[in-house]
Amino acid sequence: MRAASGGVGPGATRDTEVLRVEGLTKLYGKRRALHDVGFVARAGELVAVIGPNGAGKTTLLSILAGAVRPSAGSVDRAAGAIGWVPQQPALYSKLSVAENLRLFARLARVPDVPATVARMLEQTGLADRAGDLAGSLSGGNRQRVNVALGLLSDPSAVLLDEPSSSLDPSQRERLWEFIAELASAGTGVVFSTHIVSEAERYAHRVLVLDEGELLFDGPPRELAEQSGPGEQRDFEAAFVAYLRERGSAQESVAREQQARAQATARGEQAREGSGGAA
Amino acid sequence: MRWMLAKDLVILRRSRLLVALLVLYPVAIALLIGFAISRSPSAPRVAIVDETPPGQVITLGGRRIGLAEYTNQLFNQVHVVRVPTRAAAAAKVSSGDVIAAVVIPPDIVRRISSGVSQAQVEVIYNGDALEQSFVRSTIDSALAQANLALSEQITHVAVRDLDLLLAGGSLEALGANQSIIGLSHISPALTDIARRQPRALDRATLIRVAGFADFAARNLSVAKNVLTTVSAPIRAKSTLLAGKRTPLDTYAVVVAVSISLMFVCVLLAAGGIALEREEHTIARLIRGPPALISREGLLAEKTLLAAGSSFLVAIAMLLGVGTFVALDLSRVGLWVLALAFGAIAFGALGIAIGALAREVRAASLLAFLLSLPLAFLALVPSGSVARGLYDVIGAISFVFPYKAALQALDAAVNGASPGMGVSIVHLLVLTLLFGGLARVGLRRAE
Repeated sequence: MRAASGGVGPGATRDTEVLRVEGLTKLYGKRRALHDVGFVARAGELVAVIGPNGAGKTTLLSILAGAVRPSAGSVDRAAGAIGWVPQQPALYSKLSVAENLRLFARLARVPDVPATVARMLEQTGLADRAGDLAGSLSGGNRQRVNVALGLLSDPSAVLLDEPSSSLDPSQRERLWEFIAELASAGTGVVFSTHIVSEAERYAHRVLVLDEGELLFDGPPRELAEQSGPGEQRDFEAAFVAYLRERGSAQESVAREQQARAQATARGEQAREGSGGAA
Repeated sequence: MRWMLAKDLVILRRSRLLVALLVLYPVAIALLIGFAISRSPSAPRVAIVDETPPGQVITLGGRRIGLAEYTNQLFNQVHVVRVPTRAAAAAKVSSGDVIAAVVIPPDIVRRISSGVSQAQVEVIYNGDALEQSFVRSTIDSALAQANLALSEQITHVAVRDLDLLLAGGSLEALGANQSIIGLSHISPALTDIARRQPRALDRATLIRVAGFADFAARNLSVAKNVLTTVSAPIRAKSTLLAGKRTPLDTYAVVVAVSISLMFVCVLLAAGGIALEREEHTIARLIRGPPALISREGLLAEKTLLAAGSSFLVAIAMLLGVGTFVALDLSRVGLWVLALAFGAIAFGALGIAIGALAREVRAASLLAFLLSLPLAFLALVPSGSVARGLYDVIGAISFVFPYKAALQALDAAVNGASPGMGVSIVHLLVLTLLFGGLARVGLRRAE
């Protein structure tokens, strides 16, 4: 895959915010999927969202994409479209690759549909499969079409939900090259992944989510440093250690709060008992 | 919306098997239902054991009716399988070769001819409750027809004799022809004789006898009418309160077409929305701002696609069937109106099912599970079930569009009651209701 050439879009610099998220909360009934999440993504920045299964990564990206409404909080998007590449390829199996691209380009009111379709086919390396039905493609190629659909409207920011999950190592390598080129061309990229090494390798910043809470927002190196002093660990081990430490710290805070509440309750009972005797 | 419509048409064109099934299955079901309603069943096979001696004749009032003539009347509604003995007949019933057997006893002629004792035939039958009910009603109906034919014969003989008694004429008795005067001629004859007699007791007596003869003649004339009436005591005179009388075959066409319209439309609309979910494209389409297509736009597009496709199937069916059944082609404009509103209401029901079911298989199953009973419930005639149950059926039929669409199409094709206006308003209300439900179903996906 080859990214579109050129620098940051007109008027956009590396410091231009493409996404600003504040106090984002999402409740599914009583279950809390996200709680008070806030961060900023800038043009040309690669932001990785990592965390264990069920941490809220997909929910966060779906809200940023406008596919799911938040229960509270706000998402400010920069002018220009936001591209979205959902976890499952969102395309029509009974349409060909070119027909899928053409349809979504028309729906997005892209100015020059044939040129855009041709460009995306070339960038994703699918020009020779343009006439093939999407349903007949391999998982990797379907994912390429999925990515291409997310980039049709030349977005200022693109959101990718576990984009490499169905790819083999070589396809994965090509995808990351493509995404890196997108970022270097000035597109803000926010991606989620459960392959932690990808975050270390490609992201400028990582956001660590656990049980819907944003635990960490900073460069990968900083996360490794915070996970514990002195030990030689790879990034994945450091990430797991960080989660464990934060988890045990949170557990001890919760235990302390519970003990304090119980003590208060016991004191009130004792006061009521002595008052009754008097 | 036009790009989505074009996309769906391309997908439909590439799903030929699905489209073929979607069109052929409801058409086949609809035609079966139509034939079942419009065609009377073929004559059931009934075994007959005739134990009477050959050449027996029933003699009634001097009139002779061959037994074969009577049994022909009795069995002209069934396919007769003649068997020699009662045991053979029972075996045929047990094996299911015939649905019933009728045994005509040897003394039937004597009993009928006696005019005082009732003749009796034995009916042997088997099978489940439904078959038993069918056999009983078939044999009862056949007996009623045969008895009616016999009583008509008896009435005919009695009326002829009464005519002779009243008007006089030639009567064959004891091998010789005798001329009888007739009751109506006695009174004038006696009055004439009395006028010529001297005023005495005999003259007064003659005048009294003449008066009685006149009275008897007039009352016997009334008795002739009474006899004719007794042979067919009740005749039906039909009064339709509203609309036109709907012939059964054109009503069957309406039922068949409306069922096809419902199946094609509900399945396409439900499948269309569910397919967007299954392909994960729905979130890509409606996310925003700005959305590629609004939620309402997406629902309207699926409704339009399903309604348009089913409309074409239905109108083709109507025009096709119109070559076999006499339909009033001057009402085509009304057909189009009824089919269009019906299709849109079915489309709204379909998108509601698709939005709630979330996947194609579940949506298709739900569409079938809903559509089939709806069609059957709408066809249950009032009075055929208990009042309370009929009210429940009526309430269910009211909140789904099938019955309203059937009534609209019946009004359009046959001019039946209630008129199209009421049914179309009903369909519009249901369209809004199910459209709203579909919108809520899409919201639930978030």
